[in-house]
Amino acid sequence: MTALLEVEDLRVAYGKIEAVKGISFKVDAGEVVTLIGTNGAGKTTTLRTLSGLLKPVGGQIKFNGKSLKKTPAHQIVSLGLAHSPEGRHIFPRMTIEDNLRLGAFLRNDKPGIEKDIQRAYDLFPILGERRKQAAGTLSGGEQQMLAMGRALMSQPKLLMLDEPSMGLSPIMMQKIMATIAELKSQGTTILLVEQNAQAALSLADHGHVMEVGNIVLSGTGQDLLHDESVRKAYLGED
Amino acid sequence: MNELPQQLVNGLLLGSMYGLVAIGYTMVYGIVQLINFAHGEIFMVGGFGALTVYLYVLPDGTSLWVALPLMLIGGIIVAILVAVGAERFAYRPLRTAPRLAPLITAIGLSLALQQAVWAWYPDARSAITFPQIDGGPFEIGSVTIQTGDIFLLVAAPISMAILAYFVMKTRTGRGMQATAQDPDTAKLMGINTDRIIVVAFALGAAFAAVGAVAYGLKYGEVQFRMGFILGLKAFTAAVLGGIGNIYGAMLGGLVLGVAEALSTAYISDIPGMDQFGSQSWANVWAFVLLILVLLFRPQGLLGERVADRA
Repeated sequence: MTALLEVEDLRVAYGKIEAVKGISFKVDAGEVVTLIGTNGAGKTTTLRTLSGLLKPVGGQIKFNGKSLKKTPAHQIVSLGLAHSPEGRHIFPRMTIEDNLRLGAFLRNDKPGIEKDIQRAYDLFPILGERRKQAAGTLSGGEQQMLAMGRALMSQPKLLMLDEPSMGLSPIMMQKIMATIAELKSQGTTILLVEQNAQAALSLADHGHVMEVGNIVLSGTGQDLLHDESVRKAYLGED
Repeated sequence: MNELPQQLVNGLLLGSMYGLVAIGYTMVYGIVQLINFAHGEIFMVGGFGALTVYLYVLPDGTSLWVALPLMLIGGIIVAILVAVGAERFAYRPLRTAPRLAPLITAIGLSLALQQAVWAWYPDARSAITFPQIDGGPFEIGSVTIQTGDIFLLVAAPISMAILAYFVMKTRTGRGMQATAQDPDTAKLMGINTDRIIVVAFALGAAFAAVGAVAYGLKYGEVQFRMGFILGLKAFTAAVLGGIGNIYGAMLGGLVLGVAEALSTAYISDIPGMDQFGSQSWANVWAFVLLILVLLFRPQGLLGERVADRA
């Protein structure tokens, strides 16, 4: 069986500065894969390239057997790749419900859309209570829920989450991580980028550690969680 | 002062024309943060497009009631073609360039369009008479509405209703709102932002062309420089109302028009101000109003600042 997402020797540059220097990894259907690493390691750049916002300078991206290298960003979501970006990027002046509807921008099945909006409200009840409120008035954690709910509205085959726990209180972070675990148990395939290595690795089937544009270590979530160098560098142990 | 209702009506009519043109400034700014200084000339070519249909396409002596809808369509098509062409060949290649580059391009394009009409449109080196609606002015109570303004009275509210419906209710309209708020994330939703930008230019041009037909009927002529002052006024209206907000554009236009009408009517009555009430001073008062509004409300009348808490 081929993987859902196959990244091979991917290289991305901002001008002359290479931010991603030839990384390879894959994501199989149904699994959670995480990329961990410090700021500037190239994790966000990798996700932005996968969703077409950045163009790679080299390498291959294959999604569902199809090369994404020449596909413009606005067509990638229709192939089943949804991206919840770093910093949430909800549409602040629209209501929560309109934000969710934009997640289903390319869908035409009205009853299905209504059902999925209800599903997002079941997953995040606070969004349902505030459905008519401007999204810019939500707290950071609630905006994160909205960004995830919105990404799910496209019925993705692969959900990419960029730093969902960034800037959140410990309680809110636990809630978000619990939701990711719930999505995983429902069979959603997830590519998770996190600085919170502990939480990400506990959830993930596979993990990759990125440092300055390279993948320096790969393994199962549990292996990495117990790897001495990972514990030292990312889990704050000496 | 029983002429006050009359002055208000005059101001609202003038202002709705500013508003129609202001929509184009505000839409394009809202989506690509470009002040399209060539928009006044898009308005101008819309007027010439409509005139061309009347002079060179329709047979002589066509009733204006038949001609007017066709002129409107002709003007809209010409304005859209020029605006979309400008976007494609002048602005799009500069999309990632520093802000100053497209701004200067816009000013250059504005001059180029004026000169092209001056050089190549038959008899355009002076003003060309625009066809007029027959019949005397209409009296409603103490208020007189000039025949040439009837079109504006009908077209401005209809245009605004169409625009509001389009932006709020259609899929492209929602894509437009999303693109204005966050272009990269709009792409992640599957919105073709390049197409949205073209639609914004085209819509702005269409409303400018409606404004240009209104201008022709109101003043009885079109000329190659008609887009300069009017474009500046419309831009002022857009800023006054809160640039980026389409309702603000219309409101800004109306406020500006009323302010001008009232200034010509009443400022000369203030002791010591008798020489400041003429038509040419109306422009000065319009900009004084703009400065005052921006001093106390820099985001414009309807401009909003929703806090992004995260």
